Amino acid sequence: MAHRAASASSSAPRQRSLRELRPGESALICCLQDAEMALKLLEMGCVPGQRIRMRSRAPLGGPVTVVVGDEEYTLSLRQEEAATILLK
Amino acid sequence: MEQVAVNQSLSQSLTQAQIPSRRLSRIALVGNPNSGKSSLFNALTGLNQRVGNFPGVTVDKKTGRCRLTPQHEAEVIDLPGTYSLHPKSPDERVIIDLLYDRRGEYYPDFLVVTADAANLRRNLLLFTQLADLRIPAVLVLTMTDVAEARGIRVDTDALSAALGVPVVPLNVRRGIGLTALKIVVGQNPTPRAEGPFFEIPDDLLVLVRQIRYYFDLKNDYLALLYAHHWRHLTHLSDDDRAHLRELTEKYHFRPTEQQAAETIARYERLNDILLDTVRVERAERGESASNRLDRVLTHRVWGYVIFAAVLLLLFQAVFSVAQVPMEWIDTGVARLNAAIQARAPAGPLTSLLTDGVLAGLGGVLIFIPQIALLFFFIAILEESGYMARVTFLMDRVMRPFGMSGKSVVPLISGAACAVPAVMAARTIESWKDRMITIFVTPLISCSARLPVFTILVALVVPDRAVVGLFNLRGLALMGLYGLGFAGALLSGLLLRLVLRARGGRSYFIMEFPTYQWPRWENVALTIWQKVRAFVFEAGRIIVAISVILWVLATYGPGDRQEYAEARYRQWATEVRTGVIKAPPPTDAEVEAAVAALRLENSYAGVFGHAIEPVIKPLGYDWKIGIALLTSFAAREVFVGTMSTIYSVGQDAADDPLTIQQKLAEAKDDTGGPFFTPARAFSLLVFYVFAMQCMSTIAVVRRETNSWLWALGQLLWMSGMAYVAAFVTYQVLR
Repeated sequence: MAHRAASASSSAPRQRSLRELRPGESALICCLQDAEMALKLLEMGCVPGQRIRMRSRAPLGGPVTVVVGDEEYTLSLRQEEAATILLK
Repeated sequence: MEQVAVNQSLSQSLTQAQIPSRRLSRIALVGNPNSGKSSLFNALTGLNQRVGNFPGVTVDKKTGRCRLTPQHEAEVIDLPGTYSLHPKSPDERVIIDLLYDRRGEYYPDFLVVTADAANLRRNLLLFTQLADLRIPAVLVLTMTDVAEARGIRVDTDALSAALGVPVVPLNVRRGIGLTALKIVVGQNPTPRAEGPFFEIPDDLLVLVRQIRYYFDLKNDYLALLYAHHWRHLTHLSDDDRAHLRELTEKYHFRPTEQQAAETIARYERLNDILLDTVRVERAERGESASNRLDRVLTHRVWGYVIFAAVLLLLFQAVFSVAQVPMEWIDTGVARLNAAIQARAPAGPLTSLLTDGVLAGLGGVLIFIPQIALLFFFIAILEESGYMARVTFLMDRVMRPFGMSGKSVVPLISGAACAVPAVMAARTIESWKDRMITIFVTPLISCSARLPVFTILVALVVPDRAVVGLFNLRGLALMGLYGLGFAGALLSGLLLRLVLRARGGRSYFIMEFPTYQWPRWENVALTIWQKVRAFVFEAGRIIVAISVILWVLATYGPGDRQEYAEARYRQWATEVRTGVIKAPPPTDAEVEAAVAALRLENSYAGVFGHAIEPVIKPLGYDWKIGIALLTSFAAREVFVGTMSTIYSVGQDAADDPLTIQQKLAEAKDDTGGPFFTPARAFSLLVFYVFAMQCMSTIAVVRRETNSWLWALGQLLWMSGMAYVAAFVTYQVLR
């Protein structure tokens, strides 16, 4: 399992982040970009390799809801927080 | 399986029961948020619980007693819900204070760890950390019904063997597992014997061992946590912390990376364990009911429509239903008052009891119905899981005003009373969001403002329908509430600019709990706690201020009061004997006039006269000055004070129509009516914004732990009230 939790990858080719998923779309988590936020996200189960699905978006750039894994629990997070989760 | 375990334990506990000594164990409840921890706490302790504060932080410290066996009692402490032993918010730091300090006052003998069975992997992360601390623990599987419905089968025995601790499945709703849990805990669980879940890597061991031996700690993991959190270990001396800092610097300890690696390692370990103990037998099914509900309730359009409807319904219910018990309390207190006055000898002591203490108590009791009702609805919304969705919907809306979605609950509560509302802001993790929420909440019109609004609106707004549908008075009232809300948003906007540079990052990462029917015991307990908080926090101060105000309104400097009374009585006698030509006053009129004169010449009256120049630009005279002063106990005292000043006789004092009539008859210097729309609206606007509530000042000071915030808020709100009232009066007159 790739562990690049604390790496701020500016040199890497642009990678899709969770923020860009359309509702209903799902992908695997590759890595977490923001070191401090990564700790919180890891605790909440957003581990690299985990499947994550975009569920809905609040209007006007509000928070999004995502479903983590197949355990079917829903997290809500702000767009800028979702942007720190990069996808495979 | 569970049955067997229980029977075994039963026989063991029976042999133990023969030991006559009584024991008291200290148990701490730990678990993720939404893992059913509070329900378990309520089920264990019922009404035997107290809510206090941890020293230094404003986090609810819930403790309660629970009888495990006839001889064995437990003091249960409910810790704030957390996802790990690495606290992210100041509130979660309570966990550090409790679990890191073996000699601490609250250090538990056992842990009861709750884990959501439908979501085991994430819930067990915290458990593995706790287990590595080697505190004896019992794992409680909650939400077993939800897990079952999703086809998740947990092999409890295998899980217990893999984790090395007793595992008790629990369904609080059906009362399953509680007895088993009590028995298991009653048998003194031992720490698990196996090695730690997380093996500390060799390159860290040098540092960890040095810390461990220096502080004489029982295990490596605690030493590692010391390396992480030495800044917040309040039980250590400054020298000890300096030592920890040196050590971590010397060995180039990188906390963030270590923690990330550790979390991932723990998840990998858990994956292995859960592979053998949990089976998911899920056929392809449709979406869960919870998800289907969310499609509507968090919809980008319908979500807001529904939330608006819920709010409307809530306030409708609070204001209409609460009227009935409020009337009872009002008449009850009035009757008690009359009964005391009729039986007790007239004198200062009786007056103190009725006009001071009883008036204050009545002023406290009258708000209980509204507060109880509002928190009844809020508790239902929280318990069902809907409030988390509201937080999600409202986050974007609140952010420009320096608040977050979590500010919604305090703001709604503020419509009943700012005191429990300010306390409800504790759930907001971000310091800045929380401070701004606390700062603006008292601007939401609370129930104490309503009587003032009602009487003044009735005075100057005609009772007329507009557009056939709305009542003009109702609209004016709604406008006043809206004005308060707008003031709150504006203040948030400005404060956000002021605090721009301050405060850490704010997270919004939050779990949506599965929708569920509210548990009525939990709802009832919430109401009980909020009402208690109001009575003790606000009530004490309201009664005390009420007594002080009674003194100020009853006594005056020198013999001014006696002199004024004697002159008036002489005048009345002369009128009656025909010396002066004037319509003779009735006895009741004489008494009412004397009361008004005594008030005018009391300390309160002197104060009213003294501030007259300051409030003159707002259109007020010294009489309103007195009412502004007495409003400091609670705003609705305005009505009572006005009726005394305008000499409404004793019998008619409770009739709003009489007071209104008197106010309408009041004349200004030129002989026109005193309460012009300009004056009334100026006064209304003043009451919308002004912080006339000692209890709120006290509670803000305590919750923010600083006088700066409390006094800053007082100044800001008073300033806003003054300016807005000034503008209103000058524009309208």
